[in-house]
Amino acid sequence: MRSTFTAAAVAATLFSLGASALAAGEPVIGLITKTDTNPFFVNMKEGATEAAKAKGAVLMSAAGKKDGDNAAQVAAIENMVAKGAKTILITPSDAKAIIPAIKKAQAKGVMVIALDSPTDPETAVDALFATNNYKAGELIGQYAKAAMAGKPVKIATLDLFPGHPVGAQRHNGFLKGYGLQASDARSNELSKPAEVVCMADTHGNQAEGQTAMENCLQKNPDINVVYTINEPAAAGAYNALKKAGKDKSVLIVSVDGGCQGVKDVAAGKIAATSQQYPLKMASMGVEAGLEYAKSGKKVSGYTDTGVTLIAGKAVAGVDSKDTKVGTDLCWGAK
Amino acid sequence: MDTWKHRLPPLGQLGPFIALLIACVIFGATTDQFFSGENFSLILQQVMVVGVIAIGQTLIILTAGIDLSCGMVMALGNIVMTKFAVQLGLPPMLAVACGIGVTALFGLINGLLVTRIKLPPFIVTLGTTNIAFALTQLYSKSQTVTDVPEAMTWLGGTFQLGGTNVAYGTLLMIGLYLATWFWLRDTAAGRHVYAVGNNPEATRLVGIPTERVLLGVYVLAGVFYGIAALLSVARTGVGDPNAGQTENLDAITAVVLGGTSLFGGRGVILGTLIGAVVVGVLRNGLTLLGVDSVYQVLVTGILVILAVTVDQLSRKGGH
Repeated sequence: MRSTFTAAAVAATLFSLGASALAAGEPVIGLITKTDTNPFFVNMKEGATEAAKAKGAVLMSAAGKKDGDNAAQVAAIENMVAKGAKTILITPSDAKAIIPAIKKAQAKGVMVIALDSPTDPETAVDALFATNNYKAGELIGQYAKAAMAGKPVKIATLDLFPGHPVGAQRHNGFLKGYGLQASDARSNELSKPAEVVCMADTHGNQAEGQTAMENCLQKNPDINVVYTINEPAAAGAYNALKKAGKDKSVLIVSVDGGCQGVKDVAAGKIAATSQQYPLKMASMGVEAGLEYAKSGKKVSGYTDTGVTLIAGKAVAGVDSKDTKVGTDLCWGAK
Repeated sequence: MDTWKHRLPPLGQLGPFIALLIACVIFGATTDQFFSGENFSLILQQVMVVGVIAIGQTLIILTAGIDLSCGMVMALGNIVMTKFAVQLGLPPMLAVACGIGVTALFGLINGLLVTRIKLPPFIVTLGTTNIAFALTQLYSKSQTVTDVPEAMTWLGGTFQLGGTNVAYGTLLMIGLYLATWFWLRDTAAGRHVYAVGNNPEATRLVGIPTERVLLGVYVLAGVFYGIAALLSVARTGVGDPNAGQTENLDAITAVVLGGTSLFGGRGVILGTLIGAVVVGVLRNGLTLLGVDSVYQVLVTGILVILAVTVDQLSRKGGH
């Protein structure tokens, strides 16, 4: 957040157009991700590029410089429409601010599909292919509850940053899954029942995750369950716990299912994680784009791309898969 | 008349201490956990990366320049040293030297563009911050580098001092501050840095090679970013392509809070250390209080404005 200044000053939209010429007559599909630096989106882009190549479409891609960079995404939509894209796949950085640009594109006959994150309202796009982030939170909440087996719990939540719907859905879903008081999936507010003794922001970043966990342990050394927004934050939390000699006695749960994260589950650093599938979102998006180009038929509504609980040790009463399955399905460098 | 203005310069330099003191008193009174050796040791560990970056930043700001590339150059150094060690299998010390070499090279490029082509530092480093960021992402493929050899994370380890765990990296940071403080105060080269920032024209006329001083400052700053890169590897235990993004502006914040004038030529390096610690204390204390993190950003912003206002008023008072 604090580097917004640099981001705005530069407002760099990384733009690339597939080498194959537009003249080939293949339909043009645009993919706009939040950033080019998160392996999740890098993988999504790779998946879309592959699917487009295999099925005969031209893929244009663009990304914001950082999460929350709405201006770059608006510019990307405009550029893609100008270049003749008939379908645009977008992971909205700002759920509300992107809508006018989407409406303009739709008015020109472009089908817009949101991937990974919904717009607000969700109906502003033709369709949404995404993980159910609330459910992803619920799964690790249920797992943590079963693993704690009725012991009194003191929870630290290492969140994303204020006001982000995905951050709120995972956080509240986790609490709900644990059986605690929590808002529903529509809320953007982070619930804070009494069992949560510390909440801190990490921006999904390892170094900040470590700092946040260190400060939380100072606040309450008896923390025994740690919810983390993603696996880099979880790795940071693990570092802090290890330095404090508490890595064996504290349970860390997370969301994402990146290959590094699954490795950390296998190594026992993270107890369980909810795995999501960016490749699937991308390939479904490309297929929908091809269908629209061929038959003029649009997709609509929300499609859950699925989430799987990956756990190092299964617990009774909660369905989970082991890390071997997690590794087969993970995204990022294996 | 105007006697209050004449008293401002000392206030300008005491400002960071006063802010730190007030913050400590408030957090000490409102939380049980704030005043402990362990907690202060943690805060120092949390600021060691930004603290060492801020040494380089202070030197540049003393010459009336600014470096917007510091955090991104640090991240590039972080990735270069970890990838060289893990993927190319270089001995850790050599890999670290390569990482510091790369950050120093970026300092050299910044310095050459500023001194030879006479470009404003703001624009030069706005350009190089993006170049460093892109190179970091391309070289790392945006992937975290794991299995870093232990020799590179040694500085993150701790030893017992009077019942408190103190990190070696914290000692290194404090040592670097003291060395720089001495260098700036008691050597001719150090005083030339102030002179260049105060009045480059007069400095040139008395025969000091201003361009060489400037170039040296940028390269030296690059070396500090390289050391900070090693500290960030030591702290997190991984090579992180997303490192440095908050440090980029936090370093400038630390320098400003520490009372160094953005107009150049005035400031005490130890103030920067206090400035960095103030940011760390706010983050730690507000987490202990259970206050939303947005308020930390808010308070930091207000303190920055206060710091530059005091600087501006004291400049007017001095003339």
